Amino acid sequence: MAENKGVMVCGEIIEGKLSSITTELLGGGRGLADALGEELSLVLMGSGVGHLASEAIAFGADKVFVVDDPLLKDYQTDSYVAVMEKVVKQVSPNILLLGQTAMGRDLAPRLAFRLDTAVSMDCVELSIDPESKLMLQTRPVYGGNARAIYACEETRPQMATVRSKAMDPLERDDSRKGEVVSIESGLDPSLIRTKVVEKVKEEVAGIKLEDAEVVVTGGRGMGSAEAFQELEALAKVLGAAVGATRPPCDNGWVPSSLQVGLTGKIVGPTLYIAVAVSGSSQHMAGCSGSKNIIAINKDAEANIFKEARFGVVGDYKKVLPAFTAKVKELLGG
Amino acid sequence: MPNMIVCVKQIADPEAPAGSFRVDEAARKVIPASGVSQVVSPFDEQAVEAALRIKDAQGGKITVLSLGKDFVMDVIRKPMAMGADELILLQDPAFEGADSRSIAYALAMAIKKIGEYDLIFCGRQAADWDAGQVGSGIAEFLGIPSVTVAKKVELVDGNVRVERVVTDGYEVIEVSPPLLITVSNELGEPRYPKLKGIMAAARKEVPTWTAEDIGAEPSKLGAAGARIKLLKLFIPVREAKCEIIEGENPEEAAANLALKLREVKLI
Ligand SMILES: Cc1cc2nc3c(=O)[nH]c(=O)nc-3n(C[C@H](O)[C@H](O)[C@H](O)COP(=O)(O)OP(=O)(O)OC[C@H]3O[C@@H](n4cnc5c(N)ncnc54)[C@H](O)[C@@H]3O)c2cc1C
Ligand SMILES: Nc1ncnc2c1ncn2[C@@H]1O[C@H](COP(=O)(O)O)[C@@H](O)[C@H]1O
Repeated sequence: MAENKGVMVCGEIIEGKLSSITTELLGGGRGLADALGEELSLVLMGSGVGHLASEAIAFGADKVFVVDDPLLKDYQTDSYVAVMEKVVKQVSPNILLLGQTAMGRDLAPRLAFRLDTAVSMDCVELSIDPESKLMLQTRPVYGGNARAIYACEETRPQMATVRSKAMDPLERDDSRKGEVVSIESGLDPSLIRTKVVEKVKEEVAGIKLEDAEVVVTGGRGMGSAEAFQELEALAKVLGAAVGATRPPCDNGWVPSSLQVGLTGKIVGPTLYIAVAVSGSSQHMAGCSGSKNIIAINKDAEANIFKEARFGVVGDYKKVLPAFTAKVKELLGG
Repeated sequence: MPNMIVCVKQIADPEAPAGSFRVDEAARKVIPASGVSQVVSPFDEQAVEAALRIKDAQGGKITVLSLGKDFVMDVIRKPMAMGADELILLQDPAFEGADSRSIAYALAMAIKKIGEYDLIFCGRQAADWDAGQVGSGIAEFLGIPSVTVAKKVELVDGNVRVERVVTDGYEVIEVSPPLLITVSNELGEPRYPKLKGIMAAARKEVPTWTAEDIGAEPSKLGAAGARIKLLKLFIPVREAKCEIIEGENPEEAAANLALKLREVKLI
């Protein structure tokens, strides 16, 4: 085990760029690497991705392993697990970090089982224990009602997936120096058992929920698809993105890509306006990073008021139109 | 006709009010709250539903597997009441203190004992510890492909066609069986058991298998097989400091809220 050294981040590329989770992991990984006095590396897998290595170095990586292969163009469990297995066995990192994303959720457990080690999923905090030098892995459990801290004592690498927005990227610094190493994928196409036959985008127009500075979210209490149009009106005035709890998505009032929460999107706006939302722990998991939560709910006992900074107790049918009108007036619209 | 296996976990209702939730920090355990009922973990009910939809279309057999203790029989029989054919329980002190790995190992060994399978279904994550690992682990132990976070599963000319949810939509994936699939809520509501189904389920024999029955190596089970250690379990503190904005009527309160947001420069 003594030979396992370094913090490795498994990178993700979206539309030809390093995804935000990757720079966040590099920021968090840098802290862990420095606490251990070890190196920080990034693995870049894909097709024609080598040019992103310098960017990864600017965001904190000491070393970038590039695995370039047309077979890696799309994420597929079999190919990505095989490549990561090869890279990990060759480099022997002490710690391996992935994002809690569609890719990381799928890749991390399967890779951990194959490497005969363990992974903690959806961590919100990672640190190095000063004495044992083990990585302490903090993750919400029971829908966010409790937190658990884990350590992987015996097997390596110590693995974690990290929730988006839980870590801060470093300031980009193009003067940083690093090394780029290319690794053959060694992929045998016959080992890839699945085939992606179609990709369907269900993106909604306007500001991306994950990036929005203001989010207006409706819950089950909205009651219908039509009611969400009232939220749209408020969102328009505020330049906000519209989100939802799970029931409006399950009921088909809004597309499921609007779901905020444990199993939906993680948002972190300056202003989060929750209308007819009870504030379940699983929903709050996706928005508790918001700087200011505002609640409109007819039930004064609703849990959302325990998380909000300002609230109005009342029927949204009366509160929302008046609120939208006043905001519009104040903003000079 | 496909042989299908669904893995389901019995847990405390995850939507019980947050205020009822307690932990024993010293023992690193959740204290069962009185009045909170046991349920089949919600995504696992959706996994049962996914298998039933295939059975509706193509026929086939559905075997449900559950590892645990203190089973509430009316609860754990629910998948059978919905239409699954058989239920097998895995129960043994050797399974206790497990992590995701040792649970996946035990379930994979039980599946090997069942022997014939085309499709294995799990929930995307158990709604207690929210790990989302066991499905991938079973697939890895069995050496079969896996597709996670599915919202639709169909059998088309002997091939499986899965819609997998991703951030900005979904992917359609084709793969030939055997295959493990984890199911998400986007699949849609699981069906309610009908009275006839509930009565039929209540009459069925439910075998219980032990570690020995599934030929598992003791060193890979429960605490002995675990790779991860829980150091601490606690309830995070929240500072409640919501300022309720009042008014003569709801409209005025709404306007006052807007004024407040302006005052603190949030709009
Ligand atoms: C494992 C797991 C994962 C989950 N993941 C997610 C997730 O990612 N995201 C998510 O959102 N949920 C998730 N859930 C579901 C979650 O537990 C809750 O069921 C859900 O968040 C509740 O949504 P809600 O607040 O809109 O509905 P409810 O809890 O039904 O609350 C509706 C609220 O609206 C109020 N209301 C009703 N009418 C009016 C009115 N006219 N005016 C004002 N207020 C009104 C009510 O007082 C109530 O507080 C998950 C659950 C599980 C078990
Ligand atoms: N004890 C168990 N018995 C049967 N199935 C389980 C058990 N634990 C987990 N599973 C299955 O694996 C899925 C993922 O669980 P987890 O990795 O614990 O979040 C669950 O949704 C179940 O389908």
